[in-house]
Amino acid sequence: MMAAPARLEPPRPPEDTAFPPPPEWDVLQFDGSDRALTDTLLAPLRGVGRTWWTLFVLSALGTLLFAFTITYTIAKGIGTWGNNIPVAWAFAITNFVWWIGIGHAGTFISAFLLLLNQHWRASINRVAEAMTIFALMNAGLFPILHLGRPWFFYWLIPYPATMGVWPNFKSALPWDIAAVTTYLTVSILFWYAGLVPDLATARDHAASTFRRRVYGIFALGWRGSNTAWRQHRIAMVLLAGLATPLVVSVHSVVSLDFSIAQLPGWHSTIFPPYFVVGAIYSGFAMVLLLILPLRWAYGLEHIITKRHLDAMAKLTLVMALLLTYAYVVELFVSWYSQDPSERFTYFVERPRGAYAVFYWIMITCNVIVPQIFWWKRFRTSVGVLFAAGAAILIGMWLERFIIIVTSLDRSFLASSWHLYRPTWVDFGLLFGSLGQFGLLFLLFVRFVPFVAISEVKRLRHDLKANDGRELGLPHA
Amino acid sequence: MTDASWGCRMRDTRWPSGAYAAEFSSERHFAGAVAILRGQGYSKIETYTPYPVPRIEAVLPESPSVLPPLVLLAGFAGGLIGYWIQWYTNAVSYPLNIGGRPAHAAPAFFIPTFEGTILAAATAAFVGLFALLRLPQPWHPMFEINGFERASIDRFWIAVDATDARGSGDLTPRALEALKPLRVVRVPGSA
Repeated sequence: MMAAPARLEPPRPPEDTAFPPPPEWDVLQFDGSDRALTDTLLAPLRGVGRTWWTLFVLSALGTLLFAFTITYTIAKGIGTWGNNIPVAWAFAITNFVWWIGIGHAGTFISAFLLLLNQHWRASINRVAEAMTIFALMNAGLFPILHLGRPWFFYWLIPYPATMGVWPNFKSALPWDIAAVTTYLTVSILFWYAGLVPDLATARDHAASTFRRRVYGIFALGWRGSNTAWRQHRIAMVLLAGLATPLVVSVHSVVSLDFSIAQLPGWHSTIFPPYFVVGAIYSGFAMVLLLILPLRWAYGLEHIITKRHLDAMAKLTLVMALLLTYAYVVELFVSWYSQDPSERFTYFVERPRGAYAVFYWIMITCNVIVPQIFWWKRFRTSVGVLFAAGAAILIGMWLERFIIIVTSLDRSFLASSWHLYRPTWVDFGLLFGSLGQFGLLFLLFVRFVPFVAISEVKRLRHDLKANDGRELGLPHA
Repeated sequence: MTDASWGCRMRDTRWPSGAYAAEFSSERHFAGAVAILRGQGYSKIETYTPYPVPRIEAVLPESPSVLPPLVLLAGFAGGLIGYWIQWYTNAVSYPLNIGGRPAHAAPAFFIPTFEGTILAAATAAFVGLFALLRLPQPWHPMFEINGFERASIDRFWIAVDATDARGSGDLTPRALEALKPLRVVRVPGSA
């Protein structure tokens, strides 16, 4: 007689094949008390060392250069730049697109990753948001200076004037103004709303009455009541939901400046997604360049752990692959179009023309360099990440330069072909804007809590309640 | 904002007659204490913590926030105003004929309309948050407690309104003492 067959149960997957696999490194490795954690994260507010002062002096010099070149441009006119017909856009618009793009990673990290419940963002979102604001402040200056008469920039805003003329909303320039000012405003609101609880911590942690008063004013009287936390969380999720479409829309609008033109190399429907990917990509590179020195200078290896570096490197690699795809599609469409001007731009002017060396540096930095992130060893190596971040930033700046200059200098009419050469004012504005960005960022690190303290504390206690595992944490 | 929309709970933004407050050093101890107080029938409870504690939110019921509908309305209004500005300026007030293109061009007006939506909605979320919380408010009775600073660093506070129906007389301080906090203090009213 045969035994009745046992009821078949579906096999349960063993723990180690769980998907997604648990992260290899802890997202937080801080062992001390909450008080010690607060002390660590507010350390720069109590004073800064020689490295900070050295960088501060360098950035201040850069800012002076920026102020000088801006003054010179306004006093003398944009004839001091290398731009001329047909290359009417050059460094200024390259710098504008580059800085705006850098800003996108901040919003991606703080808004996108908040909605996607990525807990590791807690340690780096504040730095990334500050980076966004400072990058946008730089970006906005360039198109205004490029107007030629920057003191009339407010003509772009539809205000009731005695002239009776309004902006033409069928032009891309008012779109840019709308997109960039909205983006800057929303970024500042989002940043400040998240900052208020930490400003209250800074107020309560301050040693002197003066500091307590200053931080007290900015903390608005925050007390951390249950009522307040609840509304705060709802507001932050709403702001994240509103900032998320901005991540994809702002650089799409910027790309329309190009793609609504008929020029070979610009007139392409892939531009909006292509620009968004490039923006987030360059922003990640800048985040790496900012968090790695901070982590080293303030000994935050237990708060910004290898988990963060690994995640950032993986996202950078993903963006690099998407960008490579966009490059390939551009080439394919230009070949497939059979249009001689398109083919000339993509297959002759860019890879073999006067600026070919920059094209190949761009391909190396943007396509080849990030491939090292296929290896875990490089994803967690501080030196490699820093070098790759710098390379990507250079590559992304060159990408915008190539798009702008190589399309303008060899347009349809061969008799108007003209090469572009930047002047010292162009370089002064570029390096000056870097100096101003550095200065603002250093002041931010010195005076503002640069890690979201309450979020890190919350994460820490959620982790404790979850046996230290990152998977399965409650939603923020 | 009427009191009814805030539910029955005590709110630290409206605090006329003072409260009793207790300080705790661990989240677990504190969360348990809130649950016990609720179990004893106290309803006018407010807590102060360095970070949001989700377990508390389950114990202290709350009516839904007005922020989401406010933000939705603001977003619609912003979009409508954004479109209206473009339609009025370009199609009514001063129509420009550039290459015979229509003066009222919806596809071209899409982007500023979208930006107006986001700008108005985000501003409403920000202004609405601080308006609901009655911030900025530089002074609050809880700030009178020596050592309340640690509520934003590593301490957890429970405050029970002195007029809570459950805690007539000196019942409330005794109930708080029974939870074994670090200390219990009387908080003055905000008039």
